[in-house]
Amino acid sequence: MAGHNPWPNEGNTGHIWDEDIRELDNPPPLWWMLAFYAGFVMIIFYAIYYPTIPLANGFTKGVAGWTAVKEYEESYNELKAWRKAKFADKEEALASKPLNEIMKNEDLKLYAVATSKMLFGDNCAACHGAGGMGNPNFPVLADDDWLWGGHINQIYASIANGRVGNMPARGLMGNLSDDEIEKVADYVMALSEGKGNDPSVAAGKAIYAKGMCVACHGPTGKPVAPNGAANLTDKIWRFVPANDGSCTLMDEQTQRDAVVRTIKYGVNVKKNGQLIDCTRQAVMPAWKERLGEKEVKRLAIYVHELGGGQ
Amino acid sequence: MSELNRDGTKASLLDEYEVNSKTLEEIGVEILPVNTGKTVHAKRIPGHYRTLKWIAASVWLTLFFGPYLRWNGEQAILWDLPNRQFHFFGITILPQDIWVLAMILLFFALLLAAVTAIAGRVWCGYFCFHTVWTDVFTWLEEKFEGPPAKRIKLDQQPLNWEKIKIKLPKHLVWLLIGFATSFSFLAFFTDAFDLWKRLFHLDLGKWEWLTIIVLGLATYFFAGFMREQVCIGFCPYARIQGAMIDEATVVPTYDKDRGEPRAQMKERNAYVREVLQRLKKEGEEQKLMEQFLAEGMDERAAKKKVQETLRQRANEEADRHFGDCIDCHLCVDVCPTGVDIRLGQQFGCITCGLCIDACDSIMEKIKKPKGLIRYASLDDFLGKETPPWYKRPRVLIYITVMSIAAGLLLWKLTHLDPIDVKALHDRAPLFVQMSDGTIQNKYTVKIVNKTPNKMMAKISVEGPEGLVYLTDRVVPVEPGTVGQAIVRVRLPKSALKEGRVPIRIIVQDQNHPEIKSTYESVFIGPKH
Ligand code: SF4
Ligand code: SF4
Repeated sequence: MAGHNPWPNEGNTGHIWDEDIRELDNPPPLWWMLAFYAGFVMIIFYAIYYPTIPLANGFTKGVAGWTAVKEYEESYNELKAWRKAKFADKEEALASKPLNEIMKNEDLKLYAVATSKMLFGDNCAACHGAGGMGNPNFPVLADDDWLWGGHINQIYASIANGRVGNMPARGLMGNLSDDEIEKVADYVMALSEGKGNDPSVAAGKAIYAKGMCVACHGPTGKPVAPNGAANLTDKIWRFVPANDGSCTLMDEQTQRDAVVRTIKYGVNVKKNGQLIDCTRQAVMPAWKERLGEKEVKRLAIYVHELGGGQ
Repeated sequence: MSELNRDGTKASLLDEYEVNSKTLEEIGVEILPVNTGKTVHAKRIPGHYRTLKWIAASVWLTLFFGPYLRWNGEQAILWDLPNRQFHFFGITILPQDIWVLAMILLFFALLLAAVTAIAGRVWCGYFCFHTVWTDVFTWLEEKFEGPPAKRIKLDQQPLNWEKIKIKLPKHLVWLLIGFATSFSFLAFFTDAFDLWKRLFHLDLGKWEWLTIIVLGLATYFFAGFMREQVCIGFCPYARIQGAMIDEATVVPTYDKDRGEPRAQMKERNAYVREVLQRLKKEGEEQKLMEQFLAEGMDERAAKKKVQETLRQRANEEADRHFGDCIDCHLCVDVCPTGVDIRLGQQFGCITCGLCIDACDSIMEKIKKPKGLIRYASLDDFLGKETPPWYKRPRVLIYITVMSIAAGLLLWKLTHLDPIDVKALHDRAPLFVQMSDGTIQNKYTVKIVNKTPNKMMAKISVEGPEGLVYLTDRVVPVEPGTVGQAIVRVRLPKSALKEGRVPIRIIVQDQNHPEIKSTYESVFIGPKH
């Protein structure tokens, strides 16, 4: 600021910067003042129209009945309506076309996948994990191993009607002794390694063939057609060691322990309407009633595309 | 009290109070009053710089004609905002390469700085759209309302029908130019011919109407009414001038040593008469007469010669006594910002050179050398030698940065990748074990097609022994869009010692096999 005022008579306040920029004490222009007063008038109308004045218990609601949530809902509904209109033909196609055909339409398929994420997250991910990554004793959906078939129609059927796993408790019906179970377990472990014909597991193999195993798991350890029985020749284990308290009779440490438990106590084995101790639980609920056919189709496509659909 | 110049203006304010700012002193900036009052009605006179100004202004014709240029049947320059593309003579710039535009901005910013360091506000005086539009507007004003004196008179008249009749056409033409400006601007953002069509059908979008109206009115208002006030009051570029020029910068300057003390012709003539009188009184007339007669002249010739010689002497003395400036005020009258350049370099001056034209025309008339006002640097006037521009560090630094920007720009434009590939690794799940014991990872591959042709992108994956991949046949990608494909990659556990291994995803256009891009990604598996 300059020490003295080179513009003494122009009505400046004496504040001078950069040698020549100075603050003048001029009245605001008329239009400005009018706008200023118009602002005051506005406030009155605003206060009447919108929620404004805080009261001891709440606030004035305003004659318009406006609330932020209402506005949000309105625009959300608008968005929903917009989406609905925009994708109406796709939704239509999804509802009316058979799955085989939808799968051939790349565009529709991608649309189904894109719109399923929330549906899957809300309904399926609790057991099958985000993105179908699986949880102990709940099947992984992102792999290529399918108990009930990986074709789109089979996946659809599994979701729509549900599935109940079923394997007799070999150890309890008395048809296999503990020792035999151990041998079969050795054989099953070897099958997974591709060593089913190894002489060291010949005993287990014989028991497997003689017992009822073949009926469901097939003569080679692989079910002849998808029937819910695990494929024993691959590297994926339907049940893995998990000491979650549902079995007090044994402690599962290794994969072999898990196999032994499954053979011994079966899957979904009931006595007097109650699940017996240590039996595996494997129940997939039916979703068709709850979600409707179209949503189940959508999910089937999503699951098919997760990683291993056939 | 402050000392006044002859014409009643104040002498430099620096004379009045102490300036402790060294910089101000060094660059010789004088604090002068700027015109904030009445409309400046500048005289228009022809001249060298006037011509230059028109030539420079014609650059802006590209604004009006640019949108109609075609290139391969497409609009040559098009900012396609909805599709996020910029087309420039067959080159398409997508958002991924938007830094190219940043380089263009950087280049021009430094060009501005470099030019300013060399020759002051070249931009302001010759190229700035505000100057150019204002110039055209005032030119039209002169066409409709006559020369400045008439216009000033007209302004003072009360508003009546006569006045409106004169003023209205001008305002209509101004508004028309405003519309042409905003419409042309808009036409760079959409198909220009289509825009015309839609305009006639009154079928423009909300934002298009708004742009045309707001920008058009702004043009009318700023070029028609605000004029030099924009340069003086709003323009930030004007405010940083002091930092951008130095002693070696040439700008239109009044040669004070040569021009002062100024005197009008009347005063000069009076002085010449006075000297003649004095010479006569001192007996010079007699002396010369005798001398010429002695040289053998006849009496009539000698008499004439005596008068001539005396007048010449008197004139010479007057020239010694006065400066060359005859205080005709023409340099002030022609100035579009109402500046008196004779007060020195100043903030209001946009260095348009019009006062040079004006003064040169006067010097020609009074038979004095031109250049009383001329492009010169402060160093010139101090008698110092101005280094050539290529030896001035600030110019060199500006030019270096400019060349870097230009280099990067050229490099990028000649190496615009026709394809851009990104692969996103699926996170949930990171990996899955398949029934044969291999590990599978899933990637979403995004392919940006920057070519003008449809692309048939074929995806392949390279990695360690045993790698298998599954993906869609080929992915069709339309020009300027992003195509997408899911790729599933499988590796045997034996290849995954580290838990993660690098893989390469390669995308190749089957239509043009030379278009190919490789994306480096990782494959993640269980650690063991
Ligand atoms: S002083 Fe001269 S160069 Fe500066 S703006 Fe005025 S006419 Fe142009
Ligand atoms: S135009 Fe030249 S002679 Fe006339 S007043 Fe300006 S500087 Fe002086």
